[in-house]
Amino acid sequence: MKDNILEMKDIFKVYPEGVIANRNVSMDVQENSIHALVGENGAGKSTLMKVLFGITPFQGGSIVYKGKEVSFSNPREAIAAGIGMVHQHLMLAPDLSVAENLILGMEPKKGKLFFDGDTAIKICREASEKFGLAVPPEKKIKDLPIGVRQRVEILKALARNAEILILDEPTAVLTPQETEVLFKTLDGLKKNGKTIIFITHKLSEVTRVADRITVMRDAKAITTRGMEGLDEDKIASLMVGRDISTKRITPPKNIGAAKLSVRNLRYTDEDGVEALKGVNLDIRAGEILGIAGVEGNGQSELAEIIAGLIEPDSGTITLDGKSLLHCTPRQVRELGIAHIPEDRMKNGVAEATTIEENLIVDRYYKKEYNTRGKLHWNFITEKSKELIAQFNILTKNSKTNVGFLSGGNIQKVVVARELSSNPEVIIASQPTRGVDIGSEELIHNLLKAARDEGKGVFLISADLDEVLKLSNRVVVFYNGQITAHFEDASTVRDVDLGPYMLGLKKEEAASGQMDS
Amino acid sequence: MDKWILKYFTLIRVMIALIIGVAVTILMIYLISEYPGESLKYFFTGPLVSKGRLFNILEMAAPMIFCGVAIALSFQADQFNLGAEGSFIIAAAVGTAFAVSTNMPAFIHIPLVLLVAGATGAAWSLIPGILKAKWKASELVSSLMMNYVALYLSLFLINSYFRDLDAGFLVSLRLPETALFTQFLPGTRMHFGIILAVIAALAAYYFLYHTTSGYEFRQTGYNKQFARFGGINIIKVIIMSQVLLGFVAGVGGVSEVMGIHGRFLWQGFPNYGWDGIIVAIIGRSHPILIIFSSLLLAYLRVGGQVLNLMGDVPAELVNVIQSLIILLITAEAFLGQWKYRITRRQAEKEEAAK
Ligand SMILES: Nc1ncnc2c1ncn2[C@@H]1O[C@H](COP(=O)(O)OP(=O)(O)OP(=O)(O)O)[C@@H](O)[C@H]1O
Ligand SMILES: [Mg+2]
Repeated sequence: MKDNILEMKDIFKVYPEGVIANRNVSMDVQENSIHALVGENGAGKSTLMKVLFGITPFQGGSIVYKGKEVSFSNPREAIAAGIGMVHQHLMLAPDLSVAENLILGMEPKKGKLFFDGDTAIKICREASEKFGLAVPPEKKIKDLPIGVRQRVEILKALARNAEILILDEPTAVLTPQETEVLFKTLDGLKKNGKTIIFITHKLSEVTRVADRITVMRDAKAITTRGMEGLDEDKIASLMVGRDISTKRITPPKNIGAAKLSVRNLRYTDEDGVEALKGVNLDIRAGEILGIAGVEGNGQSELAEIIAGLIEPDSGTITLDGKSLLHCTPRQVRELGIAHIPEDRMKNGVAEATTIEENLIVDRYYKKEYNTRGKLHWNFITEKSKELIAQFNILTKNSKTNVGFLSGGNIQKVVVARELSSNPEVIIASQPTRGVDIGSEELIHNLLKAARDEGKGVFLISADLDEVLKLSNRVVVFYNGQITAHFEDASTVRDVDLGPYMLGLKKEEAASGQMDS
Repeated sequence: MDKWILKYFTLIRVMIALIIGVAVTILMIYLISEYPGESLKYFFTGPLVSKGRLFNILEMAAPMIFCGVAIALSFQADQFNLGAEGSFIIAAAVGTAFAVSTNMPAFIHIPLVLLVAGATGAAWSLIPGILKAKWKASELVSSLMMNYVALYLSLFLINSYFRDLDAGFLVSLRLPETALFTQFLPGTRMHFGIILAVIAALAAYYFLYHTTSGYEFRQTGYNKQFARFGGINIIKVIIMSQVLLGFVAGVGGVSEVMGIHGRFLWQGFPNYGWDGIIVAIIGRSHPILIIFSSLLLAYLRVGGQVLNLMGDVPAELVNVIQSLIILLITAEAFLGQWKYRITRRQAEKEEAAK
């Protein structure tokens, strides 16, 4: 048997607001292994890792690392001791370039006074190649879609050559190909004697890479054990105690006319890059249209244009015949568009305000919510409690700050708001990013219910399983264009999509008119 | 007990910050003063022993409350407009000019002067608001520059057109009786403006926490992208927050003229705009707390004056104490560990009770 490189014993952690996030949690990690950490949203996984990494103080228990008791009081100490971490919510400096972020904090070998941009870019390119994660070294972080940022973050941790690498839901926004590359990288690291702790909600990934597993539930560790004899279903029932369906949902019965039509849409971003090069598509009543594609190929821009957040160069967008061009975000919402944004922390919530306040941002001005400008707080509280119950948001009460919720529960706040606005068309970007399998099923069922009521659903997801499970029709985005179109998603396998997503193949007809 | 501490934690922390501030003061007075016992008495009980000084505190707090509330309204929308000073003074000047050149019964004159001053302050403060909304010019810089423009414009207006030539000082003409606040407590300078300041704070509280516009302010303040995403017109919020700031500061400015001096008598910055920033920070941009932080600062100031007058310690001591208290109150981590231990004990107790 291998030695334990890390032993966390009886970790007790309570947040200043009084939430016990870890209740005497113990977990041991073997040297030179890949260790999965799983559990429902709010189970305390991120917290346990933050305790280890020195981000947040803990009140009880001990950490033994390489045979010595340690307690890091900040991440710098943890990094110095050979621990690296990729956070669930990314923590890159938005105004710096990818290369600058990558070398941040790594002391330059020669005592140089000035920042050496070329060397930084070279280091970045090399790392990018070595670990198989493509990133644009010169671009600023704030201009990148979240999936690319995630890659940068992983690369940054990998480049630091850590002994133990902690990855908090690294695959939530990666495509299957990227995930596969990442897993190969992790296997490689393991061969070189490194240890990886890996948080995920995707159980197929656990069975694919993990040697050992810790399951958390309700702030406690249920078990830490080897993977022998465990399959996805067994892990799921350890986590939630019931079975979860992973089948494709039944296809829609009544597909109507086009609700949302996009024609010849072009958009050039601030850096002069053509993000959309003449996109045409229709979303029909009663269907779920899936968009497959590596992040950063124009999907996010398309969603933001529809939502009224950015203006296209040219083209038209209509919803039930009415033009959405030049509409403010509120006008777009009034016309019946709901939008689950890809980056929940940037657009989806204001962390420092309460769940209630976050739930009403698209509706506070409506009749039921105020009388001549005076907000009806009692009514708002009541409504919020209903949504908290319906969407299974784990919190002590509706006046808790959103920032104090776990990642998956923040996502549920966003989804609850957007799906409860009675929209005509739902733009769902990564709708289940970071939510646990139980809640994922709930969100999927709600999207299906919206579909069956005759709404149009526009699903953008890096998770191909999700796209194929929900959509009846799939298009593939590559480099600002639609490169493939599958009318019947039920016959499509993810390997069919791959070549189009990577730009290796292109259907000539796809970029033209699609339906009709 | 633990539960109680947690509930009132912020208050307790402020109290402890105060106690430390006071302890340092005592220490400093002992070091500086020849007769520390006396000096201490002057400083701490000085402001409270006579009716006059007691009301001095209230009177001094009024403009601080006005400016603090004004600043809080912009802070809450994440605007760092430092223009309270400028709006304060230009509104006082224009309000004075208007008051001395019009003639009507008090029940119209007073509200009209307040309104004219408020509108002047608002219009003044609109300029950095528009610069920000249209060209993303930092409101911090532009409002700061505008303060100087406001000062010199005000002095020019008063000194060249409304100067009282008989006064022997550079002051404006006296406001007509119909435009003055009555001083309602004989022997003090208690005036309606003090009550108005408290009303302004209460109104601002109601606005921020109970109205849709206040909600827009706060969401925009916490995360602009989120507010925009949700459909809030953030340009409107940016402009409105600066307009409100100017209005409240402007009313505060003319209230000083109408309640205390009866004329415009400044020849430099009265510095209430800066005090406003201090009390807004101590009061964490919460209008109700700002009433108390203003009273506290006014108390310390009066204490400093008494000490300066009667004892042998310079009034600047107050600035030192003031800074120390601000530091302690704004340092999030101060006493954080202590709170943490109590939270934990409490959480465990609740666990056990389940
Ligand atoms: N900064 C914080 N302040 C207060 N409470 C917090 C904070 N962060 C997390 N919590 C609470 O601690 C509990 C555990 O949160 P944690 O983030 O560890 O969950 P998680 O297992 O990572 O969940 P997820 O899968 O959703 O990311 C939750 O109840 C959460 O509300
Ligand atoms: Mg988490």
